[in-house]
Amino acid sequence: MEYTQAGLRETEYEEIRRVLGREPNECELRIMGVMWSEHCSYKSTKNLLKLFPNNGDRVVLGPGENAGIIDLGDGLGAAFKAESHNHPSAVAPYQGAATGVGGIIRDILALGARPVASMDGLFFGEPSSPRTQSLASGIVHGVGGYGNAVGVPTVGGKTAYDPSYNENPLLNAFCIGLIPLDEIVSSRTARPGQAVVLLGSKTGRDGIAGAAFASVELSEDNKASRPSIQIGDPFGEKLLIEACLEMNEKKLIVSMQDMGAAGIISSSSEVAAKSGVGMILHFDKIPLRAENMEPWEIALSESQERMLLIVDRSYLHEVMEVAEKWELDCAEFGETVEGDEYTILFHGERAASLPATLIGDRCPLIPWPSRRPADLEKKWEFDVDDIPLPEDWNETLLSLLADPSLASKKRIYEQYDSMVQLNTVIGPGHPVSMLRIKGRDSLIAMTLDADPWKCSLDPFRGGAETVARPVRDLAVAGARAAGLTDCLNFPSPEVPEQYWVLEECVKGMAEACGAFDCPVVSGNVSLYNESPDGAILPTPVVGTVGIIPSIDAALSAGTWEEGDVLFLVGPCNPSLAGSRYLLSQGKLAGRPLPFYPEAEKDFVERALKTASAKAAHSGRALSGGGLAAALAKESMESGIGASISLSIPTRKDILLFGEGCARALYAVPMSRVPLFKVLWNGYPCIQLGRVGGERLSVEGAFSLTVSELLSKWRNG
Amino acid sequence: MNTAVIVFPGSNCDQDVMHAVAGSLGTKVRAVWHKETTLPEDTDFVILPGGFSFGDYLRCGAMAARSPIMKAVAEHGRRGGLLLGICNGFQILTESRLLPGALLPNRTLNFVCRPCFLRVESVSTPFTSLFSKGQVVQFPIAHGDGLYTLPEEELKALEDRGGVVFRYSDSDGLTGDNANPNGSANNIAGIVNERGNILGLMPHPERASEALTGGEDGRVFWQSILESFTKGGR
Repeated sequence: MEYTQAGLRETEYEEIRRVLGREPNECELRIMGVMWSEHCSYKSTKNLLKLFPNNGDRVVLGPGENAGIIDLGDGLGAAFKAESHNHPSAVAPYQGAATGVGGIIRDILALGARPVASMDGLFFGEPSSPRTQSLASGIVHGVGGYGNAVGVPTVGGKTAYDPSYNENPLLNAFCIGLIPLDEIVSSRTARPGQAVVLLGSKTGRDGIAGAAFASVELSEDNKASRPSIQIGDPFGEKLLIEACLEMNEKKLIVSMQDMGAAGIISSSSEVAAKSGVGMILHFDKIPLRAENMEPWEIALSESQERMLLIVDRSYLHEVMEVAEKWELDCAEFGETVEGDEYTILFHGERAASLPATLIGDRCPLIPWPSRRPADLEKKWEFDVDDIPLPEDWNETLLSLLADPSLASKKRIYEQYDSMVQLNTVIGPGHPVSMLRIKGRDSLIAMTLDADPWKCSLDPFRGGAETVARPVRDLAVAGARAAGLTDCLNFPSPEVPEQYWVLEECVKGMAEACGAFDCPVVSGNVSLYNESPDGAILPTPVVGTVGIIPSIDAALSAGTWEEGDVLFLVGPCNPSLAGSRYLLSQGKLAGRPLPFYPEAEKDFVERALKTASAKAAHSGRALSGGGLAAALAKESMESGIGASISLSIPTRKDILLFGEGCARALYAVPMSRVPLFKVLWNGYPCIQLGRVGGERLSVEGAFSLTVSELLSKWRNG
Repeated sequence: MNTAVIVFPGSNCDQDVMHAVAGSLGTKVRAVWHKETTLPEDTDFVILPGGFSFGDYLRCGAMAARSPIMKAVAEHGRRGGLLLGICNGFQILTESRLLPGALLPNRTLNFVCRPCFLRVESVSTPFTSLFSKGQVVQFPIAHGDGLYTLPEEELKALEDRGGVVFRYSDSDGLTGDNANPNGSANNIAGIVNERGNILGLMPHPERASEALTGGEDGRVFWQSILESFTKGGR
């Protein structure tokens, strides 16, 4: 077999030969081809990811483990991670999405944490296209079909539409779990002489080399790669969750690893390498569901709902008992040994023998050439004077609210169980989702967000905005961002301009993370998101998690009350660059505003004080659609109107529809106005008007009833 | 009142319902694994919780209805013991023929999860004694197969004997089609057997048992059960 058939590059093949001191056999070549694929090895991005800050007071576990963990205080941790499942979802939307949800839940489980909530990031093509509709329907059903059955609520997410996702939709799944800090399961704790155990489903031919499939562009050829798609069984996963948590509670396991990309080989070699042990695996002992499987197929199968356990032999019997209770297959199929040698035995022969540390860790990095796109400045050329003021403001606002990326997502999120486990304080459809922690005062706040359009116009500034937006959302809700997880969804890094965009996005995100002291604790990278029709927009997606000390320090959105005074805090000169307003008119142009760390940090501190001092009834950070969209959403959710006059020289469309920079809309009860003004003294803050009546009216612009707004927002 | 919550593989509201009963009433609640063949001896109240028992890969609830514990559960019901099935538990009760009718896929064919208004139709059951007739309460729904149906004559018989306990309505208690989330016959959300000791409902009272997470209407439901039990000693 040629190394190129296994997907290896020449330098990689030479490295393997050099380390082994011999020719790798076919099984070894195939294993290394998948393990050194982009998806598993991060060979294109490892150096970039180092730019992210990943330390902080609250960080218990940073990148490199199954998920990151932050300290919630009093011995409890929150484990969370987001992961993409884009390629599978493009080919088999239901199963691709379902197994994406299942995979991220197992990542959380692998740390010993109970998964308590999910969020999903969905990026679809043009809403009117039949292909988008069928993909979107399959993906949404897949997310719900798996999450609902497995009993993990889907409490929030992000859905956006752009033609660049026509052929290559994105499905990013986020999961968070809770774990007592002294019960964290590590992948670094295996010792020689322990049993290697496979718990869960039988191993079949499904999903073989899925990781390699995810590491090339989509084409007509590989859309036929259905064997690369995994099939999900949420029932099996539910049993797996309960069984693993029971085993961990009884302290029966030394180490645990989920079997995701590259299945057995990836999970077992990772434990071996991180723990500094070798392994001997007997593939004849693995329960199979297909006949005549080759050892490389067994090694690389991505059959779902399986976990790898490392068990001290004295507990093996008890592990089997728990597995039997939950009616799960459980097979000891190997042992840990001294040294670094990772050996697969099959039918009495040595099928593969590799150094454990070679498999996952030593792939030669690829320094892709980077080039600033020549047309970047051209995208920024944009004269606001060429944009006429709306002729009919009412119509303009209504069509903005009907824009699928901004419109109500109720039809999607009502298909997800958002309440099971009884922790959901604020569920989907709000800027920030909140979970209570049973038996404690503190709440977990979280949000999943992205702004691909600003990233495409100016990747550095867009990257910073991608991080700043959720941090502002959380602060307004009363939560200080404690950490984030990211999915970097980008096209091929082999095009120098595309690599430059990736690089700049990461730099911008890293700058904002540093300024906010919000470390990146986990994440993944999905490259090659392109089809013959073109590349996706650069789409870094971030899941940000914060902590609210108690419900008294939380501020809700969409809770205006009659007579409240409305305030806009933040600069009055936002930008229309990459704004939803221009996008809904088909214009992607302009240069987004730069990231001002000092102003952003100032905003966060004041917003947190506003929430904890109960200085407002309702608050919403401005994002897509700007002030106008925020006014409309607050009004619709509160079921009450407002009268507003704007005595500011800024062009009204810029003030109302512009985006970027740290701004928020607050509804303040009359009695709290003096306090509110003190809290925002020294930060731009203007009084907009009063809450009341059935109409949302902005003097000199729009005037619509709440029901007119609602009807358009909900039904398009 | 000692409560037993039956746990099937794939149940996912078992912990929730235990939390809600214990939190609302402070009474003893135990989980009972489906492979048991007897209930704990002092069991007064049995709950079949929501979820996806056995993955619901066959008809919802069909596998669970044949679990070992179900003989003892049916016996408990036949003796007049309090028995409640919520969501998947309701499906298990109809599959066990402990309640009439069947639950089919929602008419939209989509799973639906949201808060829902219900009109209390009967307060003469031990589950609703503290509500007032016609009262509108809010319990969330979360199901893919909640369309309640049964043959026309049986439906009429059910209505005539006052077996409908909860009906989907709007906030004013009107039970029009627009207030029907799944296409159920006559907006039926919950029914009781003739003897009145077995209730099945699709909405989740356990998700409305705390102000912070979904409201408190469910507490009245649990309190009704406790009060009826204390008075009647069922």
